[in-house]
Amino acid sequence: MRQRWLAVLGATVSLLGPLGLPASALDARLEAARKEGKVVWYTSLALPSAEKVARLFEAAYPGIKVEVHRTGSQRILQRVMQELAANIKNVDVIHTSDAGHFVLLKEKKLLAAYTPAGVEKFPPGFKDRDGHWYGLRATVSVIAYNTRAVSAAEAPRTWKDLLDPRWKGKVVTAHPGYSGVIATHVLALVNLHGWEYFRQLAQNRLMLVQSAVDPSGVVASGERPVAANGGDYTFYKTKKRGNPLEIVYPKEGVPLVVSPAAIAAFAPHPSAARLFTDFTFGREVQQVLADSEGLYTGHPDVRYPADKPRLSDLKLLTVDPEELEKRSEEIKKRFVELFGA
Amino acid sequence: MSRGTAAARPAVPARIAGVERSLPVWALAALILVLLVALPLGWLGWVSVSSERGPTLAHYAAALSDPRLRSALLNTLVLAFWAGAGAVALGAPLAWLTARTDLPGRRLVRSLVLASFVTPPFLGAFAWVMLAGPNAGLLNRAWRALTGLDAPLVDIFTMPGLIFVVAIYTFPYVYIMIANSLELIPSDVEEAAAILGAGRLRIAVTVTLPLVAPALVSGFILAVLQALALFGSPAILALPAGFHTVTTQIWALFQYPPRVETAAAVSIPLLLATALLLQLQKRLLGRRGYAAVGGRTGQRRAIPLGRWRWPALAGVLAVMACSILLPYGVLAKAAFTRAWAQPLTRDNLTLANWTFTFFQYSATRDAVLNTLELAVATATAGAGLAALLAYIASRRVIVGHQLLAFLALAPVVIPGVVLAVGLFVAYTRPPFVLYGTLWILFVAYLTKEMPVGYSQSEATFRGIHPELEEAGRILGAGRLRVLREITAPLARAGIIATWCFVFIGVIRELSASIILFTPATRVMSVVIFDLKEEGHFGAIAVLGLFMLAMTFAVVVVVQGVLGRDVLGVRG
Repeated sequence: MRQRWLAVLGATVSLLGPLGLPASALDARLEAARKEGKVVWYTSLALPSAEKVARLFEAAYPGIKVEVHRTGSQRILQRVMQELAANIKNVDVIHTSDAGHFVLLKEKKLLAAYTPAGVEKFPPGFKDRDGHWYGLRATVSVIAYNTRAVSAAEAPRTWKDLLDPRWKGKVVTAHPGYSGVIATHVLALVNLHGWEYFRQLAQNRLMLVQSAVDPSGVVASGERPVAANGGDYTFYKTKKRGNPLEIVYPKEGVPLVVSPAAIAAFAPHPSAARLFTDFTFGREVQQVLADSEGLYTGHPDVRYPADKPRLSDLKLLTVDPEELEKRSEEIKKRFVELFGA
Repeated sequence: MSRGTAAARPAVPARIAGVERSLPVWALAALILVLLVALPLGWLGWVSVSSERGPTLAHYAAALSDPRLRSALLNTLVLAFWAGAGAVALGAPLAWLTARTDLPGRRLVRSLVLASFVTPPFLGAFAWVMLAGPNAGLLNRAWRALTGLDAPLVDIFTMPGLIFVVAIYTFPYVYIMIANSLELIPSDVEEAAAILGAGRLRIAVTVTLPLVAPALVSGFILAVLQALALFGSPAILALPAGFHTVTTQIWALFQYPPRVETAAAVSIPLLLATALLLQLQKRLLGRRGYAAVGGRTGQRRAIPLGRWRWPALAGVLAVMACSILLPYGVLAKAAFTRAWAQPLTRDNLTLANWTFTFFQYSATRDAVLNTLELAVATATAGAGLAALLAYIASRRVIVGHQLLAFLALAPVVIPGVVLAVGLFVAYTRPPFVLYGTLWILFVAYLTKEMPVGYSQSEATFRGIHPELEEAGRILGAGRLRVLREITAPLARAGIIATWCFVFIGVIRELSASIILFTPATRVMSVVIFDLKEEGHFGAIAVLGLFMLAMTFAVVVVVQGVLGRDVLGVRG
C-alpha cells in the first residue's frame, strides 16, 4: 500500500521533471545518471527521513540507487576531509546542518556550483550567493519536556528558565561536536546570552547525548524530563507517535538552522548527483519533508501542517554561516570544557 | 623429551638433500608478522615525535599538559583497576564454585559464563542504559514503585556504573584462568587440611587460594588489559556523564580538524601500560610451575557446600542475571516494542524495528555482508597463519622460532584503538593506501586476533605427539607432506576451533573499526554505534540480537568440533 503510494508519487515527480530543460537534454542526463547507477549521499537528516527520501528517488528513477550514509554533521565533515586526505572519492552529495561547513568546503574548492531547478524562489537565507549550496530544509532548535514528569505550569518557557537549580540532573543536551543543529544552536545562544549562559547551564549537570535527534527519545522515555535543545521536527514526530511530550518555543527567539546541500566537486557520479539534487529540491519532496517529517523548507509553495507554528510567527535567531565556520573550534572547545566531554 | 627428538633431526633426509622447500614458507610467515605488528607501531611511534621541523616531543608535552587528556588517563586507570578487581571478585568465587564444589547446575553456570564471555561488551553497556538509566531505567522504575523513594537505585552513567558494566563482561577472563588452574591442582592437599580439621572456608582461604594465586593475579591483569582497551562501553556510559577515557579521547582527536599526532602521543602511554602489565603477568605465570606440583594425577572430590548450596547458587545466578539474563531480556523487549521504556502492552508490541532494520535501513545489508566477508577472510587467514606459526614454534623448525612466538603474541598489548591509529597512519599514505577499503580492516582484525589464534593453535600442536611426524619423515616424506598428511588431519579440530574464535572476535570488533571504517566499508558494530549516537534503540536491539545469534551459532559449532566447551582446560 505504502509502496504503491511511493511509486505513484515518484512517477509523477519524474514526469514533471525540472521545468525549463528541453526533453532531449533531460533524456541525455537521465541516461548518464542511469549509467552511473547510483548516488552517494552523506546526510545528517534523521535516518528514517533520509531513507524515505532515498526510497522516493529510487521509485522515481528505477535503476539509480541512493546510498544513504547518515551520521552527525560534524562526523560528515570529518569523513569528507579524512577521505580526501587519503585521496578517496566516494561522496556525491553532501548535506549537513552546519552551514559553516559549506563556507569551508567552498573555500577549499571542494563544491561544484550547481543550482537546482526552482530554487530562485527560495528566501535569501537558503541560498549561497555563488550558487554552490542551497538550503534543503530547515528546523528550529527548541526546548521540550515530558508531560508526565513536568506540568505545563512548571515547564521552562525561556532559555534562561533552564538555569534554575531545580532542573539539576533533569536536562539533556545534544552535542555541537556531533550535530550541526546544536553547533548552530550554541552560537545563536552565545550571541544572545554569552558563554556565561552555558557556564551556568553546565552547573545543572546535563546528560550529554550526541545527535540533535536523540533528545526527543531521551525525553520521551523519561530518562531526562527536559531537553535543552534539539531540532523541533524530531520532537514533533515523537509527539505525533503518541509520546507524552510538549514543545516550547522560547520567547527570546529560536535558533533557525538551515541545512545546506551541495554536490562535491569530485563527485564520482555527477549526473546522478544533479538528478538527485533537483529531485530533493522539487516541490514534491519538499512537501513530504514538511508533511511527514515536520521540517520547514525554503520552497514558497510548500504547505505546513496546521499544528506547527509558522516560521513567520516565530522570533528567529539566525547565525551567519561565515561566523559559524570561523568560530566552530571555539564552540566545540568551550562546550567540552564546560560540559566535560 | 622433545629436546631428545630434536637431536635426532639431522638424520632427516630432506635436509641432507638440501631441498628444504619449506623455508620460504616460514620466511613469508615471519615477514607477514613483522609487517602486521612492526609497521603500524613504527608509524605510530614516528608520528608521535614528528613535526614539519624535524623530531619533537611537543605532542607528548601537549598531551600531558592538557588537563582533559590527563583526566582521561586517570579515568582509564581508575576504570581498569576497579574493573579488574570486580572481575576477580566475581570470577574467582564462581570458578571455585563450579570447579570444586557440588554447586547445583554447574553446567548451566558454565554455559552462562561462556555466554557473557562472547557477548560484545558494548551491547551489554547499551542494554544497561535501558536497565539502569537513573530515571527511565527499568530496574530503577521497579525500585521506585517498590519503595516509593525518589532516588534511583543505581545510576549507570557514573564511574561506578561503568566499572560494574565492564566487570560483568570481563570476569570470564579471571574465571577461565582460575577454573583451569583448579583443574590442574589435585585436591589431596585440601583433603589433608580437612582431615586435620580445617573448615571449608579456612581450606579455601589458606590452602586453595595460595595455590591459585598466580592464576588469580594473572586473571586480574588480563581483565585490567581488557578494561584498558575498551572503547564502546565508555563511549556509551561515560560520555553522557561528561567524562572521557583514553580510548574515547583518542577517538575524539580524529574529529575535524584531526589531531593525529596528539592521538599517537596519547596512544604510546596506553601501549606502555599494557606492555608493562603483560610483562608482569608473564613473570607471575612463569612461577606458576610450583602450584601444580602434583600434575593431573591427583583425584578431585567435590567439596560439599551443605546448607550453602542454594544460597551459593542464588548468588551465582544473580551475577549471571546482571551479565546475561537482564541485558538479553531488555534487548529483546526493545527489539519488539515501539517504546522500550513503556510496559509490554499489546499496543506497544511491534515488528516495525525488524522491518526497518532489515528492509528500510539500507546500511544493514552492506554492513552484514562486510562483516561476514571480513570475518570469514580473517578467520581463514588467521587460523592458517596461526597454525603455521604455532607449528614452527612447537616443532622448533627454524632458528629464531621464539621470536615468531613473541611477535604472534605481541598484539595482545596493543589496544584496538591504538592499533587503529597506527594502521590509519601507515595506510593512508603511499605506497600502501588501504584506508577506504576492507583491507585495512582485514589487517587490523588479523593483527588483533593473532594472539588468540596463536595460543589456540599452539595448544593444539602441543597436544599432537611429534613422534608420528618423525616416523613420517624417517619414511622419506618431506616436511610439507608430513604436515599435510599427518599433522593437519590430527590438528583439524583445533584449527577449526581457532577459525571460530577469530570469527567471533571479528564480528564483535568495535574499537579499531570505529577509527578505520569509511561509509563504504561499514561493519555491523560501527552501524550499531552510529544508531546509538542517533538514539535508535529498537534498531540497535535488532542488530544486537542478530549479532548474538551469529555468535552463538558459531559457538555451537566449536563445541561440536571440540567435543567440550570453549572455556575448557587448555593443554
